[in-house]
Amino acid sequence: MTAQPQNFTIEQFYKNICQKKLMGGKCRKCGKIHLPPRPLCDNCFSTEFEWVDLPTTGKLLTYTIIHVAPPQFQNMAPYTVGIVELENGIKLPGMIRDVPLDGIKIGMRLKMEFGGLQQTQQWPQWPRYYFKPL
Amino acid sequence: MILFQGVWRKVKLKGKPLASIVSAGLSRFGKLEGLCAREIFAQAAKEAYERCPRLDPKKDIKALFIGHMGESYEHQGHTGAIAADWAGVLHIPATRTEAACSSSGVALRAAVYAVASGLCDVVMVGGVEKMTHRSTPEVTEFLAMAADFPFEQWHGLTFPGLYALIATAHMHRYGTTEAQLAHVAVKNHYNGSLNPKAHIQKEITLEQALSSRVIAWPLKLFDCSLITDGASCLILTRPELAKKYTDAPVHIIGSGQACDMIGLYEREELTSLKAAKLAAKQAYEMAGVKPEDIDVAEVHDCFTIAEIVAYEDLGFCKPGEGGRLAESGETSLKGRIPVNTSGGLKAKGHPVGATGTAQAYEIYLQLTGQAEKRQVADAEIGLSHNVGGSGATATVHIYKRG
Ligand SMILES: [Zn+2]
Repeated sequence: MTAQPQNFTIEQFYKNICQKKLMGGKCRKCGKIHLPPRPLCDNCFSTEFEWVDLPTTGKLLTYTIIHVAPPQFQNMAPYTVGIVELENGIKLPGMIRDVPLDGIKIGMRLKMEFGGLQQTQQWPQWPRYYFKPL
Repeated sequence: MILFQGVWRKVKLKGKPLASIVSAGLSRFGKLEGLCAREIFAQAAKEAYERCPRLDPKKDIKALFIGHMGESYEHQGHTGAIAADWAGVLHIPATRTEAACSSSGVALRAAVYAVASGLCDVVMVGGVEKMTHRSTPEVTEFLAMAADFPFEQWHGLTFPGLYALIATAHMHRYGTTEAQLAHVAVKNHYNGSLNPKAHIQKEITLEQALSSRVIAWPLKLFDCSLITDGASCLILTRPELAKKYTDAPVHIIGSGQACDMIGLYEREELTSLKAAKLAAKQAYEMAGVKPEDIDVAEVHDCFTIAEIVAYEDLGFCKPGEGGRLAESGETSLKGRIPVNTSGGLKAKGHPVGATGTAQAYEIYLQLTGQAEKRQVADAEIGLSHNVGGSGATATVHIYKRG
């Protein structure tokens, strides 16, 4: 657990990803963990937060195999994107790699990996994370 | 339901008309080459004026609300003033509403506010989008702005991809099948084949739907709505004044709207849209009607799974039974509750900003007996359901024959 004076912003979330750290903003008043981090707690309206490490493993809730991709992803198609529920209940979407398309199953355990796509800290070219089987 | 209590005052509405539709117009839907959005909107306005000879648009119309999603298509924003100008009703307050694919559902809600508050006697409400002159990747990018950019698009999700996530979750949880999804497409294409204004007026078979190319598994080409140009509009007045303009008004007796998180991944559930459920609850309570009272409905079938989820969110069946309802034929033209008689977004087309009031246009036709080959016999109570994005905004309206 780390407390840092940075802004609790989406940009900072991705800067943390650059450092291979998956972190959320925890409200100091009510304890709610926000991902994406936000400047105002939607539960108690506090503006006091601290960065906390989030678990990088979880289970797959749902997925799709994208065949018609946006231009920047076209060379990867077909690829899988899913929504993963982390061990603490927080959910986020991401690509699933290193598993054959027909081997992907709802409920499978996944682990977040950092990198593998271009890494740059420059806004808004955020770095990416992805998931692979545990 | 704290959110719900805050949305509208619990006054005694129970079926009391909030506003009345006295006329409606729709442009042809399709690839309208060489026309700008404003010119397409003028076509819809023209039909609404012609249908209502007792209306003097310049004198009577006191405000305009228009749904329009994207300025990217034509490098053109400020649609409120432009629409008022091209519809020949300059100098009135003209306001554009934007809520992605529910932009004109939200405009309709704003028009209901204007009329029900007593501030305006007569208002024009509509929507417009001009999309087909742009390439599919460009349109895909513009539409994706209705989703959460930093966490959804950035990780490769597309709009079909988001609804595919809902479909996969629904299939896993309830056993919904790809064939059940395809049944929605077959039904809506059949209805579209009877609608002279639909973008695609051609039937398809179950086999065709199931064997079409995969866009975002499990969604295939025939699970997706169309990129279309089109405009729609309605003339609304206070219920007390309706008979001054027409002998056959359609009353709006329920109006609901709610929002939810922009990101699908953040929501409580993946197999239903909470915003739509809340909007429906408001509308039903206001109208004093139940799902089983609805004779005809237009629902937001941007993808086939969206129609199945809509059946459940609107209470036409229990959660998880939407796929079987689609398969049963009960939502077809001759079924217990015909849904998307116009052909829906699937076959009539989905000019995003125009969709909400285009749904109201179809219900208006149905309740006034003007739906020709697709007329539902004795339709008295109708419903429209219009969703923005992957469910961050939803509006539901309930209508009664006057
Ligand atoms: Zn808090």
